Amino acid sequence: MISGLFQYEFLQNAFLTGIIIGVLAPLLGVFVVVRRLSLIADALSHVTLAGIAFSLLLEKKLGILAGLNPLYMGMTFSVIGALFIERLRNVYKHYQELAIPIILSGGIGLSAIFISIADGFNTDLFSYLFGSVSAVTRMDLWIIMGICILVIIAIIVLYKELFLLSFDEEHARASGVPAKLIHFIFILLVALVIAASMRIVGILLVSSLMTLPVAASIRIATGFKQTILYSVLFGEAAVVGGLFLSYYLDWAPGGTIVLLAILILIATILYKKIRLRMV
Amino acid sequence: MENSNPIIKIDHLTYRYEKENVLEDISIEIPKGAFLGIVGPNGSGKSTLLKHLLGLIKVQQGEIRLFGTDIRSFKEWDRIGFVSQKANSFNTGFPATVFEVVLSGLTRKIGLFRFGSREDRKKVHAVLESVGMREFENRNIGELSGGQQQRVFIARALVSEPELLILDEPTVGVDAQNVNQFYDMLENLNKELHITLVLVTHDIGVISDKVTHVACLNKNLHFHGSTMEFNALKEQDLSSIYGHGVQVITHQH
Repeated sequence: MISGLFQYEFLQNAFLTGIIIGVLAPLLGVFVVVRRLSLIADALSHVTLAGIAFSLLLEKKLGILAGLNPLYMGMTFSVIGALFIERLRNVYKHYQELAIPIILSGGIGLSAIFISIADGFNTDLFSYLFGSVSAVTRMDLWIIMGICILVIIAIIVLYKELFLLSFDEEHARASGVPAKLIHFIFILLVALVIAASMRIVGILLVSSLMTLPVAASIRIATGFKQTILYSVLFGEAAVVGGLFLSYYLDWAPGGTIVLLAILILIATILYKKIRLRMV
Repeated sequence: MENSNPIIKIDHLTYRYEKENVLEDISIEIPKGAFLGIVGPNGSGKSTLLKHLLGLIKVQQGEIRLFGTDIRSFKEWDRIGFVSQKANSFNTGFPATVFEVVLSGLTRKIGLFRFGSREDRKKVHAVLESVGMREFENRNIGELSGGQQQRVFIARALVSEPELLILDEPTVGVDAQNVNQFYDMLENLNKELHITLVLVTHDIGVISDKVTHVACLNKNLHFHGSTMEFNALKEQDLSSIYGHGVQVITHQH
């Protein structure tokens, strides 16, 4: 594969994209997990799928948007879905988690309808569901790089506000932090990262890349910054390792990455158990 | 009252929630340097009143002035520190160190789009020292006992050097042994650092011991005055507030 990396552009695209996603998804995932929003990632990924199906449908039936990357439509849907979740969370103040199944099923329903109108697509859609190494184009890579820069700047600049909001929302609001605005920006970032990650790991597995490395990290890290650091390291290990394995074994990269992430998670749980027993 | 420039001035505050009055025509002035205890039974509107003072609830009727400014245009929230009931305000599994938690108390003071400086770190160390938690600064907050956690939250509130500290039932989840120590620390803050304190509690025993002023709340204000006047109240007056025979409980948790 090493020699392939120099030879084939698609491998370079996949690898560079994977490395970026390996940083982005767990980085944002830390905030998602500690704010107990893990399932939002799932809901948004399904809405992203609807966007992609919509884009492919337009391309097939009407011939418009033919040159346009389906990723754009996916991102648009994802962001709109995020806005709806926020609205619904305000409508159902006492059942905030209700917003998630509503949006998730809405996304899947829309996707199913778009796919049926289009009379099915070619294998393309499968690669969106489970991720694919060969599907990543140079254009995808540029888009994802752009998102990466945006997200990292936003996290650095808003770090202390995001931390306070995650740790103690009431206190954040009482001390005058613009909680609504920051939460809004945060949800937009999540929507973008989900759309970006989906090329490699696929829609159905995107949320795992945001949650599994964080779940492993929380077991053993001390402090918030260390939790972020370990999450990114675990995420990166799973992505890079998963891409190598999937290339050699000809497995779907998304599935391989997720299984590696689960292995890391199990390892940290065992490590913690052994350490506790030794003390 | 004795000060012409009260830190908090509430005028005829009424708050309705789902067609019911939660607070009725509350008027109170809290002078600088006071240690005010607000007592009242469950559902008396204590928390609602506090939420008003913290700007978490908008004023429907009446007026609140903080440091002389109408709360609707009040911006200097870093002059006010807040310590909530530990039990329901955070998840103990949160992966943050004591240091990180206390530093987050400076979020507002440092300001949006800006980063903490070495000065800020020094402040965190100093305030941890003052509540006796310096040695725990690199421990995860979830590993500490209830009393230790509450000290950390006090430190978080104090690190921005507030002039007014608002505490909502701060001893819930703190073991009885440490409750006295905790109140001694509050008394100290009030006397030594001249921080104005507003303490909401159901523990009337504490009220008569430590605070300088008492307010009894049950939708409306039943009593407001100095602790001496409060202690002179007869038991039946108190039970008229609580609606049943109330016992004056001293530090019992």
